[in-house]
Amino acid sequence: MSGMMALFRRDLLLALRGGGGPGLALVFFASVIAVAPFALGPDLVLLARIGPALIWLAALLATLLGLDRLFARDAEEGTLDLLFASPSALELLVLAKAAAHWMTTGLPLAVVSLLLSLMLNMSVATGFATALTLLIGTPALTLIGVIGASLTVGLRRGGLLIPVLVLPLAVPVLIFGVAAVEGVAQHGFMAPAFLVLAGLVLATLALIPFAAAAALRAGRN
Amino acid sequence: MRGGRSLVRDFSLVLGGGEALVLTGPNGVGKTSLLRLMAGLLAPADGTIRFDAEPGRTDRTLSEDCHFVGAQDALTPELSVIEHIRFWARLLGDDTGSEAAAFSILDALGIGHLETMPAGYLSSGQRRRLSLARLLAVPRPLWLLDEPTNALDTAGRERLRILIARHRALGGMVVAATHDPLELPDAMELDLISMAGVR
Repeated sequence: MSGMMALFRRDLLLALRGGGGPGLALVFFASVIAVAPFALGPDLVLLARIGPALIWLAALLATLLGLDRLFARDAEEGTLDLLFASPSALELLVLAKAAAHWMTTGLPLAVVSLLLSLMLNMSVATGFATALTLLIGTPALTLIGVIGASLTVGLRRGGLLIPVLVLPLAVPVLIFGVAAVEGVAQHGFMAPAFLVLAGLVLATLALIPFAAAAALRAGRN
Repeated sequence: MRGGRSLVRDFSLVLGGGEALVLTGPNGVGKTSLLRLMAGLLAPADGTIRFDAEPGRTDRTLSEDCHFVGAQDALTPELSVIEHIRFWARLLGDDTGSEAAAFSILDALGIGHLETMPAGYLSSGQRRRLSLARLLAVPRPLWLLDEPTNALDTAGRERLRILIARHRALGGMVVAATHDPLELPDAMELDLISMAGVR
C-alpha cells in the first residue's frame, strides 16, 4: 500500500509543480465551451438543449489531452522500470497513477463545468446534474485513456494513436453520461442512464488496471 | 535476443553472496541487455535466471530482489533530491524510512548539501550520484550497475568503490558493466565478446 500511496503523491506533486498537463486540460475544456456559442449562434434555447452534450464532449477530449504522457514520461525517465521493481502489484500502481490523473483533470473539470453551464444558458438544476454526472463519469474516461497510454508507451509519437484506440471505447460512457444528465435532473439518482453510467465506471475500475498492467508488461523492452 | 540478433548463448553463471562480476566488451555487445535480463526487465528468449535466497520461493519476481542503475537515471526534474529518496524508499521498500536515514544516504554519496535542490538543476555527475543513492534507499541483495562511473569524478568513484565493498562485505552481490576498471577486489570478469555466438 505504501508504494501505491507514494506513487499517487508523487504524481499529484508533479501535476501541481509541473504545470502543463492538468492546466492545459482545464484551459482546453473552458475554451471549447466558451467559443461554442460563437459557432452555434445566439440561440439560447438551442444552447441550453445541447449544453450537457457539449460539456461532455469537451470533457472527453480534455481528458484524453496529455494522457499519452502518463506512462511515456516515466518510461523515458526510467521510473517505469522502478514500478516493475516495486513489491506493490503493478495493477495497484496503475490504479494509483490513474487516480492521480483523475484528481488533477476529471475532478477540476467537473467543478469548472458548473460555471460553464451558466455560459450555455443551462438551468441551475441541469448544471448541477451535468457536474454530478461528470464527477461520477470522468473516472471511466481516465481509465479508458489509461488503456491507450499503456499500449502506446513504447512508441515514439504514440500519443497520436491514443484517440484512435480510445474513442470507440469511450462512446458508451459518452452516451450514458449525456443521457444521465437529463435523467438525474428529472428523476434523481435512480435514473436508469445514471445507474448504467455508474456501472460502466465500476466495470472499468475493476478491469482496466489488470489490462493496463498486462499491456505494460508486454511492452517492456 | 535483441533486434533479431542473439547476443549471448550457451551461457551459465552462478553468483554467490559477496561476489562481484564485471561485464566487459565493446559497445553494442549486449552488456546492458544482459543486465536488464538479470533485472527481470527483459524476458530471456531461452533459459532461466533465478535468485535463490530462499529456494522454492515464488511470491516475488526477480525485479524485487535487485537494483538496476542504468543510463536512464529515473530522476524526475520537478522532485527534490530528498523527495527522490523518500519516494524510492516507499515505492521499492514498502517502508516509510526515517528522515535521518535519508540524510545519511545523501551524505554517503556526497550530495547532502543538495537535499532541497530539484533534480532538474543537478549536474550530470550529481544526477549519477543521486541515482546511485537508490542502492542505499532500500536494501536489496543484488546490484546491477550499468556504467556506474559515467560522469562521476574521482571522489565519486571512490565513494562508489566503498559502497560496493561494504555491500559485498554484508553478503551482497554486484554485477557491473563498465569500461572503467572499478578495482573490485577479486571480481570475476566476463568478456562478452568471447561469449557471443556467430557475429
